Amino acid sequence: MRNLLAIYMKELRSYFVSPVAYVIAGVFLFLSGYLFRNILMQFNFWCTQLSQRSQFMQGGMPNLNLNEMVVTQFFGVMDFIWLLVVPMLTMRLLAEEKKNGTMELLMTSPISTVEIILGKFFACLTLYMTIVALTLVYCGILEFYGDPDWGPIWSAYLGYLLLGGTFIGVGMLASSVTENQIVAVLLAFGALLMLWLIDWSASFAGPTAAKILQYLSIVAHLQDFQRGVIDTSDVIFYLSFIFFSLFVTSRVLESRRWRR
Amino acid sequence: MIEVDQLSKHYGDVTAVDGVSFSAERGQILGFLGPNGAGKTTTMRMLTCYLPPSSGTATIDGHDVLDASMEVRRRIGYLPESPPVYMDMTVKAYLDFVARIKGVPSAIMRRSIDETMEKTGVSHVRSSVIGHLSKGYRQRVGLAQALVHNPSVLILDEPTVGLDPKQIIEIREVIKSLRGEHTIVLSTHILPEVSMTCEKIVIINHGRIVGEGSPESLMAQLKESDVLHAQVRGPAEAVGNVLRSIDGVLEVKQEDESSDTGGWLITAIPGNDIREAVGKAIIDGGHSLRELRSLDMTLEDIFLRLTTEETTD
Repeated sequence: MRNLLAIYMKELRSYFVSPVAYVIAGVFLFLSGYLFRNILMQFNFWCTQLSQRSQFMQGGMPNLNLNEMVVTQFFGVMDFIWLLVVPMLTMRLLAEEKKNGTMELLMTSPISTVEIILGKFFACLTLYMTIVALTLVYCGILEFYGDPDWGPIWSAYLGYLLLGGTFIGVGMLASSVTENQIVAVLLAFGALLMLWLIDWSASFAGPTAAKILQYLSIVAHLQDFQRGVIDTSDVIFYLSFIFFSLFVTSRVLESRRWRR
Repeated sequence: MIEVDQLSKHYGDVTAVDGVSFSAERGQILGFLGPNGAGKTTTMRMLTCYLPPSSGTATIDGHDVLDASMEVRRRIGYLPESPPVYMDMTVKAYLDFVARIKGVPSAIMRRSIDETMEKTGVSHVRSSVIGHLSKGYRQRVGLAQALVHNPSVLILDEPTVGLDPKQIIEIREVIKSLRGEHTIVLSTHILPEVSMTCEKIVIINHGRIVGEGSPESLMAQLKESDVLHAQVRGPAEAVGNVLRSIDGVLEVKQEDESSDTGGWLITAIPGNDIREAVGKAIIDGGHSLRELRSLDMTLEDIFLRLTTEETTD
């Protein structure tokens, strides 16, 4: 636990002393802010249109759902930004240690591979969640001018925590197989995009294969969270995905010890 | 302290280390000498649990590197060939991190770090970012990293490589000052380094040990013949005949054939001290003896002989 904390603090420190954390937070907030603004403008447009038309319609103005039209929309596009950003957070985690020879220090210290991996994983997850939490400002804006339902908002954040963990797990695995950070980032992009698009081929597959492919899609499981539904099967999907990717990562790091 | 028995490492078809056995006593400095690519780093990596041996065993303080890896790792300090430092950290923060993962108890952490910085002479750069330090200082920080948890065994892989002569002397001084407290295994391909710092030398070439012992015993053991150097005034032919007639002489060579006062190299059967006989024979033959001394084999000669013999056969 003490070792894990040492690794965790070291990683977190290294994110914040380098410009990486700030640049990524800045770029992410700019993009997500831009998207949020446009979604809000769109919503505003519909409201104006409808209020004009409702004068000619019977039964008054239909109730537009702020959650459905803004919150869900916004969370629905944010995941794509994270798919692009997370590999950049994870690429250095293990590749850099190998390149600099500091892996030799870690691997010859009385500290287990699991501690190294979990320390790094949680450090990255902390940075990720910190940036995700900054989007609460947008929800605050909605609360100020409207009346959003906070239940689905919190469940969406839970979904993002799990999705982020999954992205980071895949990113760390990519970072563990190479000492080149560019290779690590490309592998992570490739793997995540593939997992993103995997349910597309479900339409052309047999019934069983289709189900498996749909199940494997990492974003499909997020949709329930965005609607305010916390389904145990989705939580289990993400947790087992995280566990699996970190397990393989630890095997990759230890594989050097098997080659006798 | 350190016991290595028949240790081997294969990378596919390539044998990097082939049945290496040696041992080091507590407090000893053991020099691991060999040309580049001889298997020094691989052996050290097996001792530090970074690589598993293909066969054979290595124990540190009685703990096997395979079966009790955590126990071994607690007891060793390891400085790889390039110091494993984080360029974006300050010296203090880096040593703090290393002390934590090496399991230094919180109560003595501050003191251990301060003492280590004092020993390795990095106290005055404690707040500097490691990436901004010179190579010599990075090496010192690397050494500090290996020492911070006060390990009983220190394993240093070419600690002076890439440093300027002044830095080399400084690092050697630091290493020598650690003698007695820690068992030190030091690898190098620089000869004076071992003769200056080490009590025991293991010479390795192509993954095999080709010589072992103290610098003196190694020289004694490897003296296959005694060579004398003599300077004699007199006609070359006559002097040559006199020298060849002495009992126990194997070979006589003149260094400079054109000179009458030239030097002679006299090779004798090992173990026979023929200096007096040579002196007497020259005087009795009516020549004047200007100089007579035995030529000691330097460590360089031994090293070259051992490592080149291995390559030629």
